[in-house]
Amino acid sequence: MVAYIVRRLFLLIFVLFGVVTLVFFLIHLIPGDPVDIMLGDYAVIADKNELRHDLGLDQPLYQQYYRYLSGVLQGDLGISVHSRKPVLDEILERIPASAELMWGSMTIAFLISFPLGILSAIKPYGFIDSFSMLVAFIGVAMPNFWLGPLLIILFAIQLDWLPVNERGGLENLILPAITLGTAMAAMLSRMIRSSLIDVLGEDFIQNARAKGLKEHKVIIKHGLRNALIPVITIIGLQIGVLLSGAIITESIFDWPGLGSLLLDGINNRNYPLVQGCILVISTIYVIVNLITDISYAWVDPRVRLV
Amino acid sequence: MFKNKWTYLGFFILGVFLVCAIFAPYLAPEDPYQISLVKQLALPSGDEILGRDRNGGDIFSRLLFGARISLVISVVVVAVSGLIGITLGLISGYYGGWIDTVLMRMVDILLAFPPLLLAIALVAVLGPSLSNIVIALIVLGWVPFARLVRGQVLSLKQRNYILAAKTSGQADVRIMFVHILPNIISTVIVQATFALASVIISESSLSFLGLGAPPGTPSWGAMLSEGKRVILDAPHVSIFPGLAIMLVVIGFNFLGDGLRDRFDPKTNRL
Repeated sequence: MVAYIVRRLFLLIFVLFGVVTLVFFLIHLIPGDPVDIMLGDYAVIADKNELRHDLGLDQPLYQQYYRYLSGVLQGDLGISVHSRKPVLDEILERIPASAELMWGSMTIAFLISFPLGILSAIKPYGFIDSFSMLVAFIGVAMPNFWLGPLLIILFAIQLDWLPVNERGGLENLILPAITLGTAMAAMLSRMIRSSLIDVLGEDFIQNARAKGLKEHKVIIKHGLRNALIPVITIIGLQIGVLLSGAIITESIFDWPGLGSLLLDGINNRNYPLVQGCILVISTIYVIVNLITDISYAWVDPRVRLV
Repeated sequence: MFKNKWTYLGFFILGVFLVCAIFAPYLAPEDPYQISLVKQLALPSGDEILGRDRNGGDIFSRLLFGARISLVISVVVVAVSGLIGITLGLISGYYGGWIDTVLMRMVDILLAFPPLLLAIALVAVLGPSLSNIVIALIVLGWVPFARLVRGQVLSLKQRNYILAAKTSGQADVRIMFVHILPNIISTVIVQATFALASVIISESSLSFLGLGAPPGTPSWGAMLSEGKRVILDAPHVSIFPGLAIMLVVIGFNFLGDGLRDRFDPKTNRL
């Protein structure tokens, strides 16, 4: 197990290094002079030179790269162009809102997918299974930038049950969380179903039944616990979908998280901020994936051999 | 031909949209770019079956032309990225060694970004436009094809008939494209069908975020983005473009499922 974790940590360092490198070169993909684009054509030359110097764009590429890399290692993601605040500070201010949205949508996803998945697996091809299949198909195909507006139309405008467009109490979280969590619920419920069906066909389940265990105990204690192993991987991957889905969801509901910070950065051509947001979101994703893989290897020792 | 009846529904949905896209100029009652200040946000009615948007544009006409944008972009992106991915996957799996290591580490790095995030970043720096969306989606789109093909090649290249072809002195390129590729092409086609659906969602997402076509272009994502601004007064503007996106995605997913069942009946359906 230790060897496996060490190997994965080395891969993590390599991947993060690659991510930082790619993010560094983003600013050099801009057609034309980045400073002109950030400040506009009418900016004073002295201001342009100052920004160029602040961003290190007046230095040779290798020095810029060294500077960026050593900055990132020390938690310095650069200075935001317009506010002149450190990028990391602006990002940290938005993390609580993003975290709230993530937890909210994962809770919604679990609340929907577990009952649907388990009930579908107990009676495959029954009514609940067909219903959950339909929900899953629509959930996967329905883009969140459409689901969000539909939920607003139904629950905020027509029924006037829930507020929209501000962060506040639990009731403000419901619509954004459903918007973001539905696709994950759809994927997870089908995954839980198929994994549980496989497990329920195993001999040890027959054995547990033969011992006279109550059916719900057989399903929860023996079935679900084993069925969850492959589901862990899907949860890790789905968190990536949530992270990018959050950018869209936050823009629909004006949610003050990392995603809307990234979009603000794009709209204001604040490239250091854009770079910082992308770096932080990807790093979170990479670390979540590492944790998923390690927990998968921990519950299923066969993985470590691969 | 298909046991799964839903596949035919997939064909039907996609057929309808294909006809709409091809014959859009003949089917559309109006020019999709036409604006009408007196008819802004008109509700659906007899003449304007889906109503009008913020600029008074006819939503039905714009949807028809939007089908062109979505379908053309998805086919171009999947064709080009598929071709790149298949070639790199064949080379990586067949030769192994340092080529394989370099390519797979590149894949690892690209997969370290949540889906769509790198596309957003690329379009943000290249500048918002449909062609830059196509470029960004191709840059990322080859990865799943390369991984899939590489995995298949690794298991195929140990087979006797491949070893026989090698021993008989056939060129590597010939072995890859004549002996290996035909055996994995069905899996690739299934993957491509699902990729078409995901490209449509990605393109609309980027357009929705304002990173795609210039304002006024009848792209489904951009139409939804405009609809968001007037959602309190005119919900109908948001409803129809989203419905179109969902139907096309469902169509491709049904088709992909059907093709998978047909080509590879062993695969468990979720």
